[in-house]
Amino acid sequence: MADARGADRVPVIELKGVSKTFGEVRSLAGVDFKVYPGEIVGLLGDNGAGKSTMVKTIMGYYRPDPGGEIYFHGERIHDWSVARARQLGIETVYQERALSEKQPIWRNMFMGREPHTKWGLLDVKRMREESARLMSEHMGFTSAAVHPDNVVMTMSGGEKQGVAITRALYFDAELVVLDEPTMGLSLSETKKTLDFIEGIKKAGKSAIFIDHNIFHVYPVVDRLYVLDRGKVAGVFNKSEISMDELIARLYRVARSGSMEEQAAS
Amino acid sequence: MTTETLGARPVGNRVAPPSFLRRYGSQLGIMGVGIAMWLAFVALAPRVFLDIDIYKAFAETTPLFALIALALTFVVITGEIDLSFPSVMALGTAVFCLLVKAEWPQWIALLAGLATGALCGWINGALVARLNIPSLVITIGTQFLYRGVELVLMNGTGVPLTPDKYPVLAAVFTSHPFGVPVETLWTVLVAVILWIVLNRTRFGAHVFLVGDNPTSARLMGVNAVRVKTLAFMLVGVVAVFAGLMTSFVGYYFWPTTGDGFLLNSIASVFLGGTSVFGGTGSIVGTLVASYIIGAINAGIVSAGINAFYTQLCFGLVIVVSVVLQTIIERRVRRQAIGGRS
Repeated sequence: MADARGADRVPVIELKGVSKTFGEVRSLAGVDFKVYPGEIVGLLGDNGAGKSTMVKTIMGYYRPDPGGEIYFHGERIHDWSVARARQLGIETVYQERALSEKQPIWRNMFMGREPHTKWGLLDVKRMREESARLMSEHMGFTSAAVHPDNVVMTMSGGEKQGVAITRALYFDAELVVLDEPTMGLSLSETKKTLDFIEGIKKAGKSAIFIDHNIFHVYPVVDRLYVLDRGKVAGVFNKSEISMDELIARLYRVARSGSMEEQAAS
Repeated sequence: MTTETLGARPVGNRVAPPSFLRRYGSQLGIMGVGIAMWLAFVALAPRVFLDIDIYKAFAETTPLFALIALALTFVVITGEIDLSFPSVMALGTAVFCLLVKAEWPQWIALLAGLATGALCGWINGALVARLNIPSLVITIGTQFLYRGVELVLMNGTGVPLTPDKYPVLAAVFTSHPFGVPVETLWTVLVAVILWIVLNRTRFGAHVFLVGDNPTSARLMGVNAVRVKTLAFMLVGVVAVFAGLMTSFVGYYFWPTTGDGFLLNSIASVFLGGTSVFGGTGSIVGTLVASYIIGAINAGIVSAGINAFYTQLCFGLVIVVSVVLQTIIERRVRRQAIGGRS
């Protein structure tokens, strides 16, 4: 069940015994999780299984409960925060997209990481130019269709997702986390997003891909984690499990909370 | 939409850059209002409004509330409001007066006064950003609190601030270099500095992001608590600066200093096109709007209208500008949802 190739390699990120409680609700309970370099890891689970909580913990938005440990390239990081995670090279495409709708594209593209000149002033010229370049090179916008000064509010769902994905890619992230990136996208936009995820692997980088839709997740990932009620219910190498078998197990876990046949009977 | 790649669409579906009018429309609108109002005043009271003296008077009185309005713009863009600044004006100035009375050097007393403003702002910011208390409510509370502290400290009495005792500070706050009232020079300087801070620093960028969507900002690593706290501290420091200026202009520190400033400053911010909903706003808009508000003040009186109408006028300005903003914003949003996705 564990990753066969992982023995001699250090994971990009590793969670050890990470829990997260909100008041009475335990969203994550002692989760162990690893992503190796150049690996695409899928994260499956029902609504409320703890997927989004896990993403936000990995990104430093939530602080894990005491006892949980986070390692980056084998080094334990204590002062985990969003700024720290991004500085280390982890970028996320959030389910809710995390855009500022009233702001122009160039402000969104560099949100939280605004470049500045040697006098400490915002490098607005560079932000505008880079945004225009990224939009035409990565997002497939023709330069006549969209302008870096357009506010995000006026864009379509696919265009907004384009901004969120391009933003994650721009900063040369080592690990890209995609939280339900295909939600609300048209067929062709979904295809483009999945191509993009395969591109991450080709570039030798890692990704965590979270989605409800197993038909989107299965083809692009190397390894799969199944979350259930805040616990890791199973870890599979894709080579060890067929899509049909995986679906059968997902049904079983939703019913019984266990992946294995004997536990269910 | 269904056949093309991500985001690609027929050329010509959209005007490439947003037009000049669309980008600066609200600012142009304000200037239009300002010019129209000026022409109306000139028509109603030509003798007053074609004379230079009235403009000198504007240039001395408007800065007192314009300075605070400029700083308040930051807080409003983050989606909050500060109603406590009139009391902060008085409290900071009181600290200055008491330290001078205790024979501290005047410049140290000045710094201590400004630091008091920063502290008041920090308290406001901490209550609003850390504890998530609505700023509209908590700054009414701190308004009374700071005023109360000031009244206790001063025991309700005032302090004369004559130029012979404070030659340097009197010159700093009330002189006329090159025939221009120094108050307006300060306002222009502060406006330039704050424009740069808002539009050309990371802090300024984060002010917009926090006001637009605080969750998105936090998800992308922006420290919303820090940004809001700094914005409140800015208002505190500038309020004390304006409080000292007000007192030196009047040669006397009244324990009631700051009363009557609330409406003027807030009207300037909203008339200047800064959104009540946060996320958008402009320093230039606030600066121009301040002088419009100042002109209303003087214009009503010199046009021979009963002075009681000024309050009515400011009330109207606030209500109308906020209503217009809301209508425009809703329209843009509806266009975005209906026509584009």
